[in-house]
Amino acid sequence: MDRFVFLTLDGLSRGAVYAAFALALVLIWRAARVVNFAQGAMAVAAAYVAYSVASTTGSYWLGFVVALAAGLLLGAIVDRAVMRYVDHASPLNPVIVALGLVLLIQAVLGMIYGSEFRPAEAPFSRGAFTVGGLAVLSPYDLFVFGAVAVVVCALAWIFARTAVGLRMRAAAFAPEVSRLLGVNVGGMLTLGWALASGVGALAAMLVIPTELGLHPHAMDLVFVSAFTAAVVGGLDSPPGAVVGGLIVGLLLSYVSGYAGSDLTPLAVLVLLLAVLLVRPGGLFAPVAARRV
Amino acid sequence: MSATSAGTPPRERTTGAAGGPGDQRQRGSTLLRHLAVVAVAGLLLVGVSYAVEPFRNFQLATVAAYLCATAGLTVLTGLNGQLSLGHGALMATGAYTVALCQNAFYDRGVTGAALLVVSLAAAVVATVAVGAVVGVAAARLRGPYLAGVTLAVAVVVPALTVTFDGVFNGEQGLSVPVEPPPLALGVYFPYERWQLWIAGAATLLALLLLANLVRSRYGRTFRAVRDDEVAARLAGIHVARTQVLAFVVSAATAGLGGALLAVLAQSVSPGAFGLTLSLFLLMAVVIGGLGRLAGAVWGAVLLVALPDLSHSVTEQLTLSAAAAQRLEGNLPLAIFGITLVVVMLAAPGGVQGLLSRFGRALLARWRAGRS
Amino acid sequence: MFPMHRTARRGLAIASTIALLIATAACGGDGGSGSSRGNVPGVTDTEILVGTHMPLTGPAAAGYSKIAPATKAYFDYVNANGGVHGRKINYKIMDDGYNPANTQQVVRQLVLQDKVFAILNGLGTPTHTGVLDFLKTNRVPDLFVASGSRSWDQPDKYPGTFGFNPDYTVEGKILAQHVKTTMPGRKVCFLGQDDDFGRDSLAGVEKILGADAVAVKQTYVTSNTNVAPQIGAFKAAGCQVVVLATVPGFTALSIGTAARLGFKPQWVVSNVGGDHPTLAKQLGEAAPLLEGMIGGNYLPMQNDAANPWIQLFTRINKEHNGNAEFDGNVVYGMSVGYLFVQALLAAGKDLTRESLLEAVGKGGFQGPGLVPLRFSADDHSGYGGERLTRVSGGVQSYFGPAYETDEADGPVNEYTATPVQPPANGVPTGS
Repeated sequence: MDRFVFLTLDGLSRGAVYAAFALALVLIWRAARVVNFAQGAMAVAAAYVAYSVASTTGSYWLGFVVALAAGLLLGAIVDRAVMRYVDHASPLNPVIVALGLVLLIQAVLGMIYGSEFRPAEAPFSRGAFTVGGLAVLSPYDLFVFGAVAVVVCALAWIFARTAVGLRMRAAAFAPEVSRLLGVNVGGMLTLGWALASGVGALAAMLVIPTELGLHPHAMDLVFVSAFTAAVVGGLDSPPGAVVGGLIVGLLLSYVSGYAGSDLTPLAVLVLLLAVLLVRPGGLFAPVAARRV
Repeated sequence: MSATSAGTPPRERTTGAAGGPGDQRQRGSTLLRHLAVVAVAGLLLVGVSYAVEPFRNFQLATVAAYLCATAGLTVLTGLNGQLSLGHGALMATGAYTVALCQNAFYDRGVTGAALLVVSLAAAVVATVAVGAVVGVAAARLRGPYLAGVTLAVAVVVPALTVTFDGVFNGEQGLSVPVEPPPLALGVYFPYERWQLWIAGAATLLALLLLANLVRSRYGRTFRAVRDDEVAARLAGIHVARTQVLAFVVSAATAGLGGALLAVLAQSVSPGAFGLTLSLFLLMAVVIGGLGRLAGAVWGAVLLVALPDLSHSVTEQLTLSAAAAQRLEGNLPLAIFGITLVVVMLAAPGGVQGLLSRFGRALLARWRAGRS
Repeated sequence: MFPMHRTARRGLAIASTIALLIATAACGGDGGSGSSRGNVPGVTDTEILVGTHMPLTGPAAAGYSKIAPATKAYFDYVNANGGVHGRKINYKIMDDGYNPANTQQVVRQLVLQDKVFAILNGLGTPTHTGVLDFLKTNRVPDLFVASGSRSWDQPDKYPGTFGFNPDYTVEGKILAQHVKTTMPGRKVCFLGQDDDFGRDSLAGVEKILGADAVAVKQTYVTSNTNVAPQIGAFKAAGCQVVVLATVPGFTALSIGTAARLGFKPQWVVSNVGGDHPTLAKQLGEAAPLLEGMIGGNYLPMQNDAANPWIQLFTRINKEHNGNAEFDGNVVYGMSVGYLFVQALLAAGKDLTRESLLEAVGKGGFQGPGLVPLRFSADDHSGYGGERLTRVSGGVQSYFGPAYETDEADGPVNEYTATPVQPPANGVPTGS
């Protein structure tokens, strides 16, 4: 029983990060109908910026803020400088461009910072509180939950309650009509990329201290898990991304804890098949969606 | 836009449709025409295998092996509109099957040149079985959801080799014993030339079959399903069955490609068939030009030539020890990445699209000049 | 008309493909400049061309990417001092990203196109295993493979392949011997990578402690960076000693994870993942967790400024390696270079692939290593033992005697010969 509680809490804290990263994927998918394979590399780039700032100024929080800003900026740049010019006639074209960006960003990071692991600082202790001899969550885990919760709520608020959010939804849902109604569709798209990239940067800042450290490839595996999470939840659904992230986090934790870590990829495949064969559009897909 | 067609841009449809009536008239000679092209290509390949040095022979053989996989992926993604991020895993299935077969023969002391054919056939059969299973699941899924499942498949297969390391020998993988070239070719016949002959022959055979399939009734149903599922269903096409068939065909060639890679390398290990390979295959077919088999050729060439070329470019630079350490390895990757982005921005139809546009313009000018 | 047009286009496509390939072939065709003297590939009167494959990019590049440049720096130093028998060593480093498919390509390029004389210090078990047969068929000397797998020690099957690192079983036995003698009665547990590194190491540990003496055995895969489940199992079982057969990233991860679970066992770490500067850098502010960690090594410690080998290597690192951060990987790379130059010298002025292999097979090389190299006609494994290290006050240093043993059931013996000094100018002299 102790082990079950331990694995559950460990899986949830990891799942929260997957949820944030999956949310970033969902944001871009909803805005631009693109699965952004460069999300991981872009987020790592932002985390490296934070590393540079934090190591020169000595302030984690300054680096943290700069990372979020760098994430927003990088998203806008990728949209304005590259994605805008991609022929979207085939949905594969942006995917290939994104993969090209992955290679480019990782290579540039490798040139600037080398391929060593850099220590990633955690702003709070990662030592767990013990309750009755059982290690439960650490202050850092609470910080992760809090940060992800704030982001989820903020995004929900932006999309549901603000004029900008309404315009963004309109621009994504019906670009032509929105343009006729005076919405700056291109600008909304850029804003969508920036927001998503900012959320991705946040996820990277949260997860890298719990992994091997800062490295050009630090988010590769997280990307795979987060993409799985987004697909399980349904790429059109932000709540789906959050639930999907938590499910994937728990699954990985239980399988490595009870069965062996080499079986985790198989478990992920089984989860995907089990969910998608019943609901081909993910858990939170609108029921009435009939594709033509 | 619906997530239905992961495949080709709409303008491809006109070409596809134009091919229809042409087929009607030329149906009798399609096979002959393809046979002729394959025969010419085969002869050229033999000529080239004598003209270039062993390393280029090996590179060409690798191109041939990749070409099997990219051609299959072109049929699946380009013609049938199904996206697969898991073709590397299908290649691994073929590669491991060939390794297990060759080792089984070798351990029992069975020798003979024909055994390789048996092993390659077994590899195709095994991959067809795996492809059928994945294909049945894939037929229910669209767009990014299909991408998600195939991505998981791409990650699972290498992981399984670690789980069942008694059979697959974990990360270290298996060696693939392959017979030396037959003595009839001479004692000093270069091994790499022999490898090119094997890979070239298998690939040309696969291409011949694929080209005929693409031109056949099945090819037309593939395209019809890609372009409009509802219309295809109204026309009496069984959509799911067509999609599974496309997946199986594509898996068969991917399995053959993987088997050839294992034969060329004389070894197989999971690290060679990771997610990276699957993503690179997809890049190759899109950059080459989705929707036509010629594009698959360009894609396979690029897979082998581009890393090599960008490495050579890097080597031309003279750098200090410190700068060289930073750039080494990274600069070729950066060049590769930039090339991908630039090609997609400048020529979204891929290399083959660019070439046909160029060819059409030339033809138009030539005609205009004549009239 | 349309079909004909299409056929023509397809023919054109194929023809242009072939033309392009021939063109690239012609461009690269003049690469074999090394084969002018006699028929020894890669050797001229003035140059010896040697190649290697290393991960310079990708997730596995951390740390390892520094090895080959260090070896090259040592060769540059030797070249600046007149080379070996008047020949300068040209070391060609190819990046394979630790992907066996790339290794196939780059090693063939080195052997077939660049016509290297030998492959030196190719890194990685899965990567290098794939090219063993190719190198054997082409009779290319395959020296000092950078991995502790037992695959390199197969003189009958692969007569041209020699190892360098002590194999993982030897290391496991030596580490376990220390546990057995100094920590009797403690509960011992084991975390290993899920491949032959972890398996061979565990085999060594169990040879000394007994087959069921290891209370909890866990594995990890490099594709899953969460080791909390494994470490949690150790904690729950009350392990007091944990032996790690892990790569550096996972050593740091395991120790960091244990700390946050409030679990503080005695860590005993394989040489592969036990380099203190690498781990300390990765752990950042958590580096003090490494205090007391036991490890093993067989080359001079990079922080031992009094050691004449370290003084030599530091100097070369400054002059020829862009003053790269001096750590265990640099020491390793330079030691490989030193051994290779020794082998070249022993092969004599009339250098052939056969004479080089014969010279290596004779063995008897004395260099920076603290334990003997085992090269002989029927033993192609590298170093035959290790000396234990401990981290104390943030400094990793040796303690106790060096040990040697075999990978079978032989005893773990002390190795007492005094280490040799480097030659005055840092270049080995002919024997």
